[in-house]
Amino acid sequence: MDLLLEVNDLRCGYNNQAVVDGMDLHIAPGKLVSLLGPSGCGKTTVLRAIAGFEPVTSGEIRLNGKIVSSPGVRVPPEKRNLGMIFQDYALFPHLTVSENIAFGLRHHTARSQQQVVDRLLELIGMEGYGKRYPAELSGGQQQRIAVARALAPEPSLLLLDEPFSNLDIELRERLAVDVRDMLRSQNATAIFVTHDQNEAFVMGDKIGVMNDRRMLQWDTAFNLYHEPNDRFIADFIGKGSFLRGELISGETVNTALGRISGNRAYPWPEGTPVDILLRPDDVLIVEQSPMRCSITDRAFMGADTLYTLRLEDGVELLSLMPSRYDYAIGQKVGIELVIDHFILFPLEPIVETAQADQKLPG
Amino acid sequence: MHDITPNASALRSGKRTGLFTGQLNKWHYASGAMALLVAVPLLVVFSGWLQPSTDIWSHLAETLLSQLFINTIKLVIGVGLGVMLLGVSLAWLTARCDFPGRRLFDWMLMLPLAIPAYVMAFVAIGLLDFSGPVQTALRDWLGAGNFWFPRIRSTGGVIFVMVLVLYPYVYMLARTAFLTQGRSTLEAAQTLGYGPLGVFWHVALPMARPAIVAGTSLALMETLADFGTVATFNYDTFTTAIYKAWFGFFSLQAASQLASLLLLFVFLSLMTERLTRKRSDYHDTMRSGQTPRFRFQGWRGWSITALLGLFFSLAFLLPFIQLCLWAFEAVSKELDARYLGLLYHTLVLGLLAALVTTAGALVIGFARRYQPDRLTSITATTATLGYALPGSVLAVGIMIVVTQVDSLIHTLLASLGNPATGQILSGSVFALVLAYVIRFMAVAHGPVETGLSRIKHSLPEAARTLGATPPHVLTKIYLPLLRPGLFTAMLLVMVDTMKEMPATLLMRPFGWDTLAVRIYEMTSEGEWERAALPAITLVLVGLLPVILLVRKTLQDR
Repeated sequence: MDLLLEVNDLRCGYNNQAVVDGMDLHIAPGKLVSLLGPSGCGKTTVLRAIAGFEPVTSGEIRLNGKIVSSPGVRVPPEKRNLGMIFQDYALFPHLTVSENIAFGLRHHTARSQQQVVDRLLELIGMEGYGKRYPAELSGGQQQRIAVARALAPEPSLLLLDEPFSNLDIELRERLAVDVRDMLRSQNATAIFVTHDQNEAFVMGDKIGVMNDRRMLQWDTAFNLYHEPNDRFIADFIGKGSFLRGELISGETVNTALGRISGNRAYPWPEGTPVDILLRPDDVLIVEQSPMRCSITDRAFMGADTLYTLRLEDGVELLSLMPSRYDYAIGQKVGIELVIDHFILFPLEPIVETAQADQKLPG
Repeated sequence: MHDITPNASALRSGKRTGLFTGQLNKWHYASGAMALLVAVPLLVVFSGWLQPSTDIWSHLAETLLSQLFINTIKLVIGVGLGVMLLGVSLAWLTARCDFPGRRLFDWMLMLPLAIPAYVMAFVAIGLLDFSGPVQTALRDWLGAGNFWFPRIRSTGGVIFVMVLVLYPYVYMLARTAFLTQGRSTLEAAQTLGYGPLGVFWHVALPMARPAIVAGTSLALMETLADFGTVATFNYDTFTTAIYKAWFGFFSLQAASQLASLLLLFVFLSLMTERLTRKRSDYHDTMRSGQTPRFRFQGWRGWSITALLGLFFSLAFLLPFIQLCLWAFEAVSKELDARYLGLLYHTLVLGLLAALVTTAGALVIGFARRYQPDRLTSITATTATLGYALPGSVLAVGIMIVVTQVDSLIHTLLASLGNPATGQILSGSVFALVLAYVIRFMAVAHGPVETGLSRIKHSLPEAARTLGATPPHVLTKIYLPLLRPGLFTAMLLVMVDTMKEMPATLLMRPFGWDTLAVRIYEMTSEGEWERAALPAITLVLVGLLPVILLVRKTLQDR
């Protein structure tokens, strides 16, 4: 399948200061993808460069194979056939809901404009709101109008810039699912930028995690959680703890809890100090196990309870157990490690970045 | 609007980038051109000193110069003290105290802004001079020579009139400052044992000082720019001397040398205003609700009411009624085709200036929005500095440039065998409108800038992603959203242009007399009744922006 969007080795910035560096992104038609990262990581700049709002200092952006951005080239936003949904919705306050949705349909007849508007109002479940003004609508309603407005000209690619961050949490989750279903029903291609991992997981078939101007990993939600290729991602996505140890062989690490082996080998020299990533569901509390520790905190979460455990040498681990097992703070328990994904991070960067072969191509 | 993007995110994050980023673009050129409009006449005025001095100048210097300095200094000190005293005490009374009729006085005290100073001047002279109705009545009653009456045509008289029309600048800024002072600060002073006067003197006044100084500087800039008032009083200042050098000796060079001396005074006031503006934000950040007012009840309250009533009559009501009476007497003779012609010229010039100035302000606003670097900030600030330049100074600077350009065109046309007249620009309204545009750019810039700052950057961007080209974004997004701001800007410029006297007097092309010109002509001959109809017209027009202002201040009361 031909690629809809190609971002190759993109660099953006001002005054010799890069905001985005060495960024690659390839998207096929019909895909919904997320760009996830903390604020200031450059994800919004990538989106705005794709939209044509940011100049490119090196690299290129192609839409349907044609270069739209490269150093010295910038096709203006209105010529790119993209739709964008903004964090503050950016509804035109002087236009009605219908006029807002029809704004991108200048070349349509009045009748076909009305048809599109009616169809989209139905899609977003807001029939009868056409004559209202944006200021008369709630935040969630404004958000839906913004989606309808962006979809109206049938853009080849939809860009969503933190579209839910101004809504309260409850509404946010529901609307994220709604918007995803709307986009799917229109067979749209979309890039969704967010700092909220739950939203990123809901919206994206694949998720790119960015930090400090770069894309770190381009993967499914499952792999980002269980197979992070970078310590930052291990920290940023989900909860987890690190167990310090020393590499004995490629697949075995000597730790305070004894020797721990996994399902894969690392090509690092023996004796390399490493951290093993332990997700809370990797650590099971088993009363009679010889690995002893004490419970220092617990957080009841309905179906599960998250325990904070302290080993004798002070290292803290997290354990997620079904809440029918009930342990008290201060209780001494035994634990067992069930490590399906054996993820190690060296304490110091290894010169020959052997990690590179872990990186999955987009 | 093509390059709306390069620094949009820099602006969003509130970063001011260096002097400028990368190469110059059209926003730099646009705001740079607007800055040149202000800078070129200024430089030209100062360059008058570079030419060898003329006989006219040495004559002026020997006979007039020291008197000009003394008169100007007296005027500045008198008006400065007067507006400060009056403005601050009135602001304190309406903002911090309570007495019968306080809510009415709150806005009525702004009304004198609508009366041009030169109108107040001739009303005061007409009423209070030796042959005026007041002194005549006193003579009839007491007999000639049996009473003392202050001479109105004096330094004190000029200062009195100027203070009456200019105090609202201080009043309005001080009033806002007092209103926004936090309750807790004032209450803390009260718990520490200060009474109303103590709180005022030791807490409220020092906190409002930047606002008071800024208001006073604005009033002083108006004082220095004034021509009509001092001319009516035959009180020689730099503006009247410029007029004489120009029309009496036909020496633009002597006029420019006088103008540059006047500018020294202007720069002092401007610096004061700018420096205090920067610090004017030190009122409370924690505003804790309405601050209770000092209540004056019974005879104390009513005596304040009576005092303010008397003052208001003096500053607005009586002059207004007198103007109406005079206008009524003269209306049958004066309301003729010529008056309509004056009105027409005034309106056309006002409208023209309003359109061009607002368009210019829009360009500056967009340059600031899309190119938020230091260079743009400097050029945009320069471009909006014209409000400090007296109309007569501007007229001199522009006229020198324009006559040079004219003679260039003339030589060019003559070399092509076309013996055209040498007054192509200088004989048209072009030069005059240019003067208005420069002088009132700041007036238009304020509302335009406020309007622009309310339009989120995402709106034009959303429009672009929906296929709108930059011209479309302008007509479909910016202009509709900016409509109230543009309307205010145009109204303010139009009214200020209609009231403008010195530049109009010096630069109007033949046959382009305006209401202000007519007032000057009639008052210089002592024909108060005949000046009253154009004067009352200007006062009524001048009330429009004051009403806007009043509505705005009442909203955030």
